[in-house]
Amino acid sequence: MSRTLIAAGGRIAGAGLLILAVVTLNFALIQLAPGDPVEAIAGAAGGMSEELRAQIRATYGLDRSFLEQLLAYLKQIFSGNLGYSYYFNQPVSKLILQRLPATMLLVLSALVISVGLGVLFGVLAARKPNGLLSQSVTFLSLVGYAAPVFWTGIVLTILFASTFPIFPISGMRNASAGGGLVASTLDVLWHLVLPASTLGIVYLAQYSRLTRASMLEVLGADYIRTARAKGVGEITLLVKHGLRNAMLPVITMIGMQFGNMIAGAVLVETVFNWPGLGRLAFDSILRRDYPTILAILACSAAMTIVANTLTDLVYQRVDPRMKDSQ
Amino acid sequence: MTDALRQPATTTDPVDTTRPRPAKAVHPARETLILFASNPAALAGTVILAFILAVSLIGPAVMDADPFAMAGAPMTPPELFGDYPLGTDYLGRDVLTGIVYGGRPTLAVGAIAAGLSLVIGIGIGALAGYFGGLVDQMLMKLTEFFQVLPALLFAMVLVTLFSSSLWTVAFAIGLASWPSVARLTRAEFKRIRKLDYVTADRAIGATDSRLIWLVVLPNAMPPLIVSAALSIGIAILLSAGLNFLGLGDANTMTWGLMIGTSRDYILDAWWAVTIPGAAIFLTVLAISLIGDGLNDALNPKLRER
Repeated sequence: MSRTLIAAGGRIAGAGLLILAVVTLNFALIQLAPGDPVEAIAGAAGGMSEELRAQIRATYGLDRSFLEQLLAYLKQIFSGNLGYSYYFNQPVSKLILQRLPATMLLVLSALVISVGLGVLFGVLAARKPNGLLSQSVTFLSLVGYAAPVFWTGIVLTILFASTFPIFPISGMRNASAGGGLVASTLDVLWHLVLPASTLGIVYLAQYSRLTRASMLEVLGADYIRTARAKGVGEITLLVKHGLRNAMLPVITMIGMQFGNMIAGAVLVETVFNWPGLGRLAFDSILRRDYPTILAILACSAAMTIVANTLTDLVYQRVDPRMKDSQ
Repeated sequence: MTDALRQPATTTDPVDTTRPRPAKAVHPARETLILFASNPAALAGTVILAFILAVSLIGPAVMDADPFAMAGAPMTPPELFGDYPLGTDYLGRDVLTGIVYGGRPTLAVGAIAAGLSLVIGIGIGALAGYFGGLVDQMLMKLTEFFQVLPALLFAMVLVTLFSSSLWTVAFAIGLASWPSVARLTRAEFKRIRKLDYVTADRAIGATDSRLIWLVVLPNAMPPLIVSAALSIGIAILLSAGLNFLGLGDANTMTWGLMIGTSRDYILDAWWAVTIPGAAIFLTVLAISLIGDGLNDALNPKLRER
């Protein structure tokens, strides 16, 4: 047991170091950007008061040595000061906390759609590797992978705006929806359908393909033949013996793809006017609001690191071989 | 494989008769080509990609038009045999001209970015896999670091901070997408460096750099070729995303830019958005079909599944 704990501790320490490295990268980007780093920190090109310049210079120690500057920057970030957005006239941390729930709702719903349906399709396809369903899974996974996510979103928008006006195509809430908790929750979920499906479709393809390949490999293993020979039922065989092992690469992929899903959310939120971090990233880039965009990059990386660490820990629990070594 | 296990081992006949042998030895490259050509999906991909390449490379010279110029009435619907076969956008720009001119920069960014990600990925993966130990650990930390940066966001930041030229976009995408290539290369190197022919070459005094680049790398190439195909597809999708957001070079017509500029008018001129998107989709689809075909052709054993 203690060995697992040490391994988990090592993982978490490694994750902490990675987050530190990401913040250092942000610092390096500010330094490398053409022009005065004061402007990169404040995100305001020209038109800044001398007073503000002096204040930023002092806070970030910009007239001191490189190392001292880095330490001052790290100190600011890890004490929770992600900078101040002069465009939105708010602290960046506050902006991000406001927008984070919408993005998490979108990304997690898309994750549930893509992993849930992807694993289901993958398992069904693996039962008959040359059947019609299996061929369709292979083909659809190629289609889902090759279609640009913003284009899928736009095609869905066109379909659902004119041909089947069922789901709303923009925003997260309807101002006229009732004030009750149930009514407003339903309203948000109703708005969520198209954005979450768009983002989910891209990854649905990848998960179904991975599950299919992984299940085919597992189902060919000797212990599956043994289980079948013992008379284990088909569903128990597929789910308990097969899927449990076939899920391992899927779990790894969830962690690795998490950052890309957040990045995909940038495009999806832009298409559907979803008020999340991605939309904020796009708006702040157009305004050259560097503190906000750098903070979003760091936060997405941090979320990916956390997701990776969590999936690693889950992997250790699920993998039967890992259990034996405890 | 399973048949071989079922056969009782014969002690008298040393020749393994359980495995079918080809009548004549076929050169591996030729065998790969034959396998690739007998795969309908891969052939379809090749035909589609050849068509897109031909249109993008030759088209602009034949057409000789300005893709940004107003060519007709705004939002003219497509009419296959009319003046505007694919319609015009909200500024009256011809969609067909945009498609023809937009191909070159889209494909160029894809190729340059993929090339860069292969150079970095293969370089780092090869060193890590060949030397192992501390070098491996440090290079893998670096890889992990770049892997957790969401590629699109990282490219967005680089393009915003530096410049939005085609080269910056390609560079940013290449820099953001090499980790998967590095992991693959490292795994291949770790496997191959232990094989007998590498040990033999080392025994006769081959230097490390000779072993890495001339002995191990050529044998690690098959999966890397497939990965190169996937890299081009990913790079095209990423650059299209950047152009769609309006972060690419605004003076170069690209398919992503066409979608981005026309997207406020999707309900009035759907063709100006869906057609460039279909062009991106077909290009990436063709490249993935080719990649899958190469994968099957280079690993014939996997086909038995």
